[in-house]
Amino acid sequence: MADVDKWVYSSVVKDHFMHPRGFLLGEPKEGEFDSYGEVGSLACGDIIKVWIKADKETDKIKDFKWQTWGCATAIASASAFAEMIMKNNGMKIEEAMNIKPKDIADYLGGLPARKFHCSILADKAFKKAVENYRNKK
Amino acid sequence: MTKNKTKRIYMDHAAAAPMDKRVKKAMEPYWTENFGNPNALYKEGLIARNAVETDREDIAKILGARAKEIIFTNGGTESDNLAIFGVVHAMTGGVRKLTSLRTDEEGNPTEAKFPNSSLSSVSRSHIITTKFEHHAVLNSCKQLEKEGFEVTYLDVGKDGVVNPKDVAKALRPETILVSIMYANNEIGTVQPIREIAKVIRIFKKNGGGKSLSLRTDEEGNPTERKFSSSVFPYFHTDACQAPGYLDINVERLGVDLMTINGSKIYGPKGIGLLYAKNGIKLEPLLYGGEQERKLRPGTENVPAIVGLAEALKIADQDREKESMRLVKLRDYFIGRLLGEIPKTVLNGHSAERLPNNINVSILDAEGESIVLYLDEAGVACSTGSACTSESLEPSHVILAIGKPHAYAHGAMRFSLGRSTTKKDIDYVMKVLPDIIKKLRMFSPVNIKINC
Repeated sequence: MADVDKWVYSSVVKDHFMHPRGFLLGEPKEGEFDSYGEVGSLACGDIIKVWIKADKETDKIKDFKWQTWGCATAIASASAFAEMIMKNNGMKIEEAMNIKPKDIADYLGGLPARKFHCSILADKAFKKAVENYRNKK
Repeated sequence: MTKNKTKRIYMDHAAAAPMDKRVKKAMEPYWTENFGNPNALYKEGLIARNAVETDREDIAKILGARAKEIIFTNGGTESDNLAIFGVVHAMTGGVRKLTSLRTDEEGNPTEAKFPNSSLSSVSRSHIITTKFEHHAVLNSCKQLEKEGFEVTYLDVGKDGVVNPKDVAKALRPETILVSIMYANNEIGTVQPIREIAKVIRIFKKNGGGKSLSLRTDEEGNPTERKFSSSVFPYFHTDACQAPGYLDINVERLGVDLMTINGSKIYGPKGIGLLYAKNGIKLEPLLYGGEQERKLRPGTENVPAIVGLAEALKIADQDREKESMRLVKLRDYFIGRLLGEIPKTVLNGHSAERLPNNINVSILDAEGESIVLYLDEAGVACSTGSACTSESLEPSHVILAIGKPHAYAHGAMRFSLGRSTTKKDIDYVMKVLPDIIKKLRMFSPVNIKINC
């Protein structure tokens, strides 16, 4: 018999998708974040926005929040990315910049190949946010 | 969120319907007991042959056709392919690529020739279909474009219903085939098949556009010969979604070819049929034995044929009653969806649609996510979102009715069936609004409703 509890993606994806962590509820408050980044399009079916707040002294990420419109893997990868960079009270920006889509997929217990480039957008949105942050400084 | 671990609510009957127990029972003797090859001369063979031919006759009766006009295939996709390539390749003498005589500036063929055909030049190289056909028809037509044919893909308007006047405008002397689905598989809209058939009949009666069309080149030499007869264009309809709810009598519909499939009508998977009016020449897709009048070689799938016949009989008997029951449920469901979930729009005409089809775009949430959350809550349905397709393209049907991509990504299809009750709908309406609320909670989009 087929496994009735089988799910289309990994159990880690399911967990992040059903119980997403680190998203922003509503609009950010004035001064809550230092900058934000956005990638994706309505045509593609995936849009992610991320907000960051950094510690100017240590260059560590003090806060990271996201919002995602898209499929299960897009939501799960945003949630996973948030968890990855906020571990141990926040990664250094430089370190977080090195996170590759494959690292996120591995963290999620693997993703189907066709979902790779379209649904792992969190790292790209984060890079944009950092770029905006650096330009502001 | 309420969870119902034991009961599943299945609302994807347009994808596959559970096989009816009566169908299963009818098929039962033909697996092990009456296993014979219907082409054999001895008793076992004759029993199988008798089953196939009796069922062919029963099916023909339901369709208002003759037994010899029914060709069993392995399903809707094959029937569509056989109708399209069968007609076209029979006309080209089995040759699968036209030789282009002339091209326009961009190198596109403007005139084509069939190398082995009795029709030496131009003649019939045009096909009419719609933008929202099933991929079995759409991609067959795209393949024919590669072979040098010209295809007109008709608009279907914002309601998803083809205007017969558009068919009339698209008909040309060189049109060989018109293929328009009976009911759309995604949005359930029912096409005016009789009216379209009438348009084609009038076109043929008036000489198939012949009088208008003796074309000449710049020097006044005729480039086009007269047409062999006015039997063209043929009219094909993919009726896979229709038998349970709509009239499928080919005489009344006025179609020349019609596709029917087993698994959408509570029959077995892997069986379908093509009705092809007597006299229509078809080139087979496969080559082999002489089964199905040489049009579909391979040992007949006897149990599945028996199952298909039984499924069609039940559909035919229950059509009226079941349609009336489902129309009420459908309209109740649509009313609640639009009324209780903000920013939800109905896709396709509200009345000219199958009694079991509900298709709505729920904005600011994405279809795959909705499907998976509903699955977790015990509900099975489908979406037009790109994320569920291999190609990652969103529904061509939702785009064809003029809705933007974002609407296609949030398109949800619920297709009801014999087991569906009002209670099921009430359960969906208990869980769905909360799912949408949750998905919108972390969605950064805020699409304005403008269509």
